[in-house]
Amino acid sequence: MRSLLRLRTYAYPIRWYLAGAVLAALLASGAVLVTPLVLGRIVDGPIAHRDTGALWPLIGLLLTLGLAEAGLFGLRRILVARPLSRVEAAMRGDLYAKLQRLPVAFHDRWASGQLLSRATSDMYTLRLFLAFGFIFLIVNSLTFAVGSAVMLVLDWRLGLIVLAPTVPLMLFCTRFEGKYSLAARTAQDQNGDLATVLEESVLGIRILKSFGRHRTMARQFAQRADRLRDTELRKTRLLADLWAVIVLLPELALGSSLAVGAVLVAHDELSTGTLVAFLSTALALRWPVESMGWLLAYSNEAGTATDRLFEVLDAPEPASTHGTAGPATGDGIRFSDVRFRYPDAPDGSPDLLRGVDLHIRRGETMALVGATGSGKTTLTALLPRLYEATAGTITVDGRDVAGLEPAELRSLVAVAFEDPTLFSATVRENVLMGAPDATDAALEKALAVAQADFVADLPDGVDTEVGEQGLSLSGGQRQRLALARAVVGNPPFLVLDDPLSALDVRTEALVEAALREVLADSTALVVAHRPSTVLLADRVAVLADGRILDVGTHPELLARCPEYRALMSGALEGSVA
Amino acid sequence: MAVLEAPALTGDEEIPVPPGAPARLLRSLLGPQRRRVVLAAVLILVQQAALQSGPLLVAYAIDQGIPALRRHDSGPLVAIIAGYLGCALLSTVLQRAFIRLTGLINQDILLELRTRIFRHAQALGLDFHERYTSGRIISRATSDVDALRELLNEGLQELLSVAISVCYIGVLLLVMDWRLGLLALASVVPMWLLVRMFRRRSARVYRTGRTAVASVIVRFTETMNGIRPVQAFRREEANLAAFTESNQAYTRSNAGGLLEMARYVGSSRATANLWITAVVLVGAYLVTDRSLEIGVLTGFVLYLRRLYDPIDQLAMFLNSYQAAVAALEKISGLLAHEPSVAPPATPRQLPPGTGKGRAVVFERVSFGYRDGTEVLPVFDLTLASGSTTAVVGATGAGKSTLAKLLARFYDPSGGRITLDGVDLRDLATEELRRGVVMVTQESFLFSGTVAENIAIGRPDATRAEIERAAREIGAHDFITALPDGYDTDVRKRGGRISAGQRQLVAFARALLADPAVLILDEATSSLDIPGEQAVQHAMRTVLAGRTAVIIAHRLSTVEIADRVLVMDHGEIVEDGTPAALIAGTGRFATLHSAWRESLV
Repeated sequence: MRSLLRLRTYAYPIRWYLAGAVLAALLASGAVLVTPLVLGRIVDGPIAHRDTGALWPLIGLLLTLGLAEAGLFGLRRILVARPLSRVEAAMRGDLYAKLQRLPVAFHDRWASGQLLSRATSDMYTLRLFLAFGFIFLIVNSLTFAVGSAVMLVLDWRLGLIVLAPTVPLMLFCTRFEGKYSLAARTAQDQNGDLATVLEESVLGIRILKSFGRHRTMARQFAQRADRLRDTELRKTRLLADLWAVIVLLPELALGSSLAVGAVLVAHDELSTGTLVAFLSTALALRWPVESMGWLLAYSNEAGTATDRLFEVLDAPEPASTHGTAGPATGDGIRFSDVRFRYPDAPDGSPDLLRGVDLHIRRGETMALVGATGSGKTTLTALLPRLYEATAGTITVDGRDVAGLEPAELRSLVAVAFEDPTLFSATVRENVLMGAPDATDAALEKALAVAQADFVADLPDGVDTEVGEQGLSLSGGQRQRLALARAVVGNPPFLVLDDPLSALDVRTEALVEAALREVLADSTALVVAHRPSTVLLADRVAVLADGRILDVGTHPELLARCPEYRALMSGALEGSVA
Repeated sequence: MAVLEAPALTGDEEIPVPPGAPARLLRSLLGPQRRRVVLAAVLILVQQAALQSGPLLVAYAIDQGIPALRRHDSGPLVAIIAGYLGCALLSTVLQRAFIRLTGLINQDILLELRTRIFRHAQALGLDFHERYTSGRIISRATSDVDALRELLNEGLQELLSVAISVCYIGVLLLVMDWRLGLLALASVVPMWLLVRMFRRRSARVYRTGRTAVASVIVRFTETMNGIRPVQAFRREEANLAAFTESNQAYTRSNAGGLLEMARYVGSSRATANLWITAVVLVGAYLVTDRSLEIGVLTGFVLYLRRLYDPIDQLAMFLNSYQAAVAALEKISGLLAHEPSVAPPATPRQLPPGTGKGRAVVFERVSFGYRDGTEVLPVFDLTLASGSTTAVVGATGAGKSTLAKLLARFYDPSGGRITLDGVDLRDLATEELRRGVVMVTQESFLFSGTVAENIAIGRPDATRAEIERAAREIGAHDFITALPDGYDTDVRKRGGRISAGQRQLVAFARALLADPAVLILDEATSSLDIPGEQAVQHAMRTVLAGRTAVIIAHRLSTVEIADRVLVMDHGEIVEDGTPAALIAGTGRFATLHSAWRESLV
């Protein structure tokens, strides 16, 4: 529950609203407490004396109290309605912004369902806690303190009897808290797992359908849902026990004080009136005490939800720059003794890249070839710093990429990914993502280079919504838009990861022809699987065993590099006979 | 012409909710729990009785116990105290049982609802998934279910105790004095009007809230799943702006809901207090007229306050109820959506396999979208069992649609497709998937191990069978080179496994499934040449003994086919053996020579 303290940064800006709500709640409780006294006066005075004249002022008072109570009730909620919603939005916004800043390596480790459940279910829990739990924790504690004082003043012996269970109750609550927190945390995590299975089952629906595996998936989902049910039931059982103790102990104490009180009255050591007042106070305190059950549960869930939120918000963000970039020269792209291993690679496994040295001259296009899984895509991801190199330096035009702000670096280096992702936005927005300031002419040119003439046939042309919330395009169409996105605005450095893999031969030939012009102006690294793509490049680098094995032109390498021949030869034998 | 999928449901557009569907859904969920709900009601009824007897016993102790004690008779007091403690114990035990029971009811309902949504989402056709964003389905099964959970957790207990205490007190008031009783109960009318107004006003707010939260979830999942391009293209700020917009819309609707609630609570509390004042006033005049005892009025007023005490609880209930109704509407809309590709009412069996694949016949088949766009005009096509057919053509020529019809991802608009003479629509899903498997463009990996991902092809396969499939496809070497071999966790969407390797896994999966008809869609695109050759080599063995359709982008794939179909604008324009087509002067011959040139 201590983690709840961390919410103070979010609660601080709305502290006056919260204080106002607490005050309104306290005043309302005050009105509720005073009302019976007024009623008593009405019954004892005007009604007993059948004096309708004296009735009206008291009725007026009763009405005023009633309306004040109602007003305060509404006010308490009105005060926090907007501020609390804003707090929830601020937390969710911060979480989202943080997740966008965190490196790709972080996202590799975290299932997106776990992140999603933090942004939705957990936020809801926190808002609920701030709206009710927090306020009543204060109000009910104060009510309890005042009530206890009143009872002790009325009769200290009876007061001690009634308050005796407080200590064992607190001990019990502490034990409960530990167990409940654990269960609450488990439930929240299982909720995240459930969201993950759900997300995968929807994203992989084509595969599941192809193999008719939706039952297997449904079974898996049901198993997890069942596990969540068990955890929730464990929480319920804990809560039921807590309720039992929280209700029973004070009742037992009350029963004992009733017995002792009756004996005291019988021995004339206590007046009947005091006993009645004492017992009414004790009964009135029943709600604040009983409410501790759900307040504790709320607080614990909010506590673990806070933990889950801050696990992400506290995740270290690597420094945006290491060292200085240095002045720009016309050096092109240079990898010097670059080593890389994934942060979560098992100990003892060799680095994926073990000292890559490669120089791509300014304006040159370098093809990168290597066997499946040799680390080509990983190497290209190091250039825009989607991953940080473990050792070695990478420079663009002589400037160390580690010393450049990511935003600046990424405006210099444009990438077309192997797996072309489009966002829920128009074609124009998707393409211009690479160069937000580019003109319509540049957009047209990029689309032309990528042979994305199909765009003209879309219902709204370049303003057609695509991506998840729009039209779904075929793999080849997506890839061409991703290519257009990379080349728009003539970026000085270009990384193309197998940019033509999903295109048919005719389109590929057309794209290649257009791409040659773009590549003439850029310094480019092109991951290639086929001779046709290799031929886009001035030179070719062969990646094997985590190093650059050889660099040369296509004919040179064919002549001298057996590995290269092996990688490319297939095409020569593979022609249609 | 570009072949487009059917237009997506964008923005606020939602699947229509049939009238009465939310209520039917709720009934069907509560139905099996009927006995437990009744038992819970009984428990809380007795528990309340035990609880309410407390003040009564206190009064007895003072009125009877103390005088007896003064007479040195401790008997009554002991009995009363024993009764008090007994009631406390009973109410505790019942309360505990009640909480556990309602927990069980709630969790069983939620489990049922979650699995129902999941199953249904899985059963819905691809056409649906292509229109309804994944984020929205996720939102239905997560945040909408959460809303119902809230109702169940808060609601059931509150509703029962409110109903019980209102009934208890109402009867008591009428018995004490019928005139005042009727006056007091008349407050039900304005209270009900307030509830109705609150419901109407908040229903709107909550409905927009459900749509808003779905939009938050859609944006969130899209960003997290595409984090690489997001960062590479510095999309963060634009994304944050869009997310903030959705987030604020959700916030506004949340605040709107809370404000409606505040108004309702304030005004209903004001009504209650007004009514108490009125009853006191009228009561006072009745006492003055000597038609009412003072004691009765006192008791009356005390109970009257209790009558209105549950207003807050009722408000909480209404609040969760409104949110849950809005959520149930969305969920029931999803559940009421019939899968476009429905399983057959009376499934037919395929004739026993010959080990040579199965014959596929397209009879007068045509396909178009519901909006009337024609994609494939009427055509006939027979694929002999055991044959390998390559389909080539420009992007958007209709190749994928043809394949999806054969895989029964869609049903044809006209005509029928038969497998060994049996209409695809007459096959049970299991039978169909044993018969036809399609390896799709995307090589998505599910979280779990590499072995598990291959085993999607056949969940009951042994490790040896999985390894054999991987070996035959040429994936064994890279898999054993992974940190934990076949037991390597592929992590989130296979972040660590390259696109080419993912395709090999997809192949191994298809091989393991051992279908009679195999459809490969653009499946060799991301492989390097040795990899592609290995796969082609493996394909020769894999394709032996089955009917295969290959959607080919690479003409090198075509060479293993014994028949080529060239498609253009949804029509089959050329059909023949590869050799015959190359020798001719048609499109394929042109394509082929272009390809030959690219191999220089």
